[in-house]
Amino acid sequence: MVNKVRVATIWLSGCAGCHMSFLDQDEALLEIANQIQLVYSPIMDAKVFPEDVDVTLIEGAVANEDQEETLKFARERTKILISLGDCAVTGNVTALRNAWTDSAKEVLNRAYVETADVQPQIPTDVPTLLPKVLPLHEVVKVDFYIPGCPPPAGLINYVISQLLRGLPVSMEGKSKYG
Amino acid sequence: MKEIVINPITRIEGHAKVTIFLDEESRVTDARFQIIDFRGFEKFCEGRPYYEMPKITSRSCGICPVSHLLASAKACDEIVSVKPPRSAMLLRRLMHMGQMIQSHALNFFHLSAPDFLLGMDYDPAQRNVFGLIEKQPELARQGIRLRKFGQEIIENVAGRKIHSSDWIVPGGAAWPLTQEHRDYLLSNLPEALTTTLQTLAMFKSWLSGCTEQVETYGDFPSMYMGLITADGGLEMYDGNIRIVDNNGNIVADQLSPNKYAEFIGEAVEPWSFMKFPFYKPIGYPDGMYRVGALARLNISSKCGTPLADEELKQFKKLGKNGIVQSTFHYHYARLIEALFCVEKTKELLEDPEIMAERVCNKAYVNNSEGVGVAEAPRGTLIHHYKVDKQGIVTKVNMIIATEHNNLAYNKAVTQVAKKYVKAEKLQEGMLNRVESVVRSFDPCLSCATHMVGQMPLEIQLVDNQGNLLDRKTR
Repeated sequence: MVNKVRVATIWLSGCAGCHMSFLDQDEALLEIANQIQLVYSPIMDAKVFPEDVDVTLIEGAVANEDQEETLKFARERTKILISLGDCAVTGNVTALRNAWTDSAKEVLNRAYVETADVQPQIPTDVPTLLPKVLPLHEVVKVDFYIPGCPPPAGLINYVISQLLRGLPVSMEGKSKYG
Repeated sequence: MKEIVINPITRIEGHAKVTIFLDEESRVTDARFQIIDFRGFEKFCEGRPYYEMPKITSRSCGICPVSHLLASAKACDEIVSVKPPRSAMLLRRLMHMGQMIQSHALNFFHLSAPDFLLGMDYDPAQRNVFGLIEKQPELARQGIRLRKFGQEIIENVAGRKIHSSDWIVPGGAAWPLTQEHRDYLLSNLPEALTTTLQTLAMFKSWLSGCTEQVETYGDFPSMYMGLITADGGLEMYDGNIRIVDNNGNIVADQLSPNKYAEFIGEAVEPWSFMKFPFYKPIGYPDGMYRVGALARLNISSKCGTPLADEELKQFKKLGKNGIVQSTFHYHYARLIEALFCVEKTKELLEDPEIMAERVCNKAYVNNSEGVGVAEAPRGTLIHHYKVDKQGIVTKVNMIIATEHNNLAYNKAVTQVAKKYVKAEKLQEGMLNRVESVVRSFDPCLSCATHMVGQMPLEIQLVDNQGNLLDRKTR
């Protein structure tokens, strides 16, 4: 068996739309399956991010402490780290809460105290929200950006295919936000 | 007290973990299904104009964005106090069918089929859709193409596959369907129908070998809730709410979704970001009900399309008084619904009015409040907005399909953990079964957080005060 390129995908604070767009490659998935080995992803069962990953695609912004840790851990073990989609690239909708000064407290209060009928309380045995939602590059070094909400499947396929062939990736005229 | 933590739960649409509690003799006493991400839509939508709400709330979920678009647009229809033209209703329903098909195909082929076709104890590194592509390429291709058919319905109606939020507007839709798009979808319909029928037949052929799963994967009584047509048929876009008990008795019927707050309450537990809705007249936590495909078929007396109606008859024979209670049968129910949706897609595409030019009744703010309800693939989805005179949003409440099932999730994971997890000799496959019952429900945790080899395992030894005494990873 030829050595397959080791690919991981991570879903931080986002809607899974970027992962769905990844799956929207449809029949092209059957082709890339011959060339890549998926080693970590919400669509498979690895529980710990492995070592020596060639490419990691990350969807979503960094909204809590666990995600910050996950991102840093993945960065250490990844050669090429890609911000996939607008939440990862800019914070996007996930970062709308940043408009409030103490944004973590504000959003938690609304959801778990003001709109609860029984046992209103802010959950404590859960990851701690960061005071502001951050795009990936404010936490770690990012090698490529694929904007879009979500990025079109064709664009994701283009980036993966270029990387698999060792060719340069040019996003000029191919991508846009939203 | 000892704990086993499965984190993250994989091949589900979201961020979750399961903590299993053991007593001194290492027997499983309890298990918790915990949601560990949160975004805060109910707060950060404040101050936005109402017509932006479909665009923003669609981003709750990339798996069922269409449900959010519909619930949000319906809430906005109420704010502008306008009924969309029939053409727009047909198109919205068509888009909804596309979403049901793609989402049900995703759960079956991409997420759950690896368990069925490769096996619960199969190598975890291969037990996924890429493993399926390698072992059963033709079946994987069919599944991929069925999901694609669903996504293409959305794309052809509304411009793109995910977050097609420019198309849906308060009062209807932004543009009509073209002949070209209609013909394209009709040309792909026969293949989708064949795949759905074959998959259903394949699943039914496995059922006799699944007795153990049926009996232990969340097999317990509960109430069931969902939208229903005026004459008790399966409804996904409009209609009123029906609640049925486990004996098939109607507990409440034709409830106006606008009055949801009168019969649904929400509780909070300190260990999860997912709230716990309950049926108010019974209270928390006994007012447990389930939603989604299983619940919809349990509350409905018919589907309304010929092939799905035949399947529904067979399905109902699995239970007493037409109520099928095992969570495992969500899989079966989703496949019957997928068949219904393919049949319904044909019916909608052949309706002459679907090509009408006029697809929107325009109006501005006429109401200070709007509630929009739709059946998402995973169950009843509620959006509730309040706006000021200029239409600026002042308050938002969203109850998400997956949340309704929260009490049931916890019951189901406890049942499976008690049956399969033997702490003294933990094996990966035991824990995969716990995850598998979670997959049966098909949780959409992306939505639920709106308001936001060998499996390495972490076992924590915790004393009664919750202090961590020991931690082991294998």
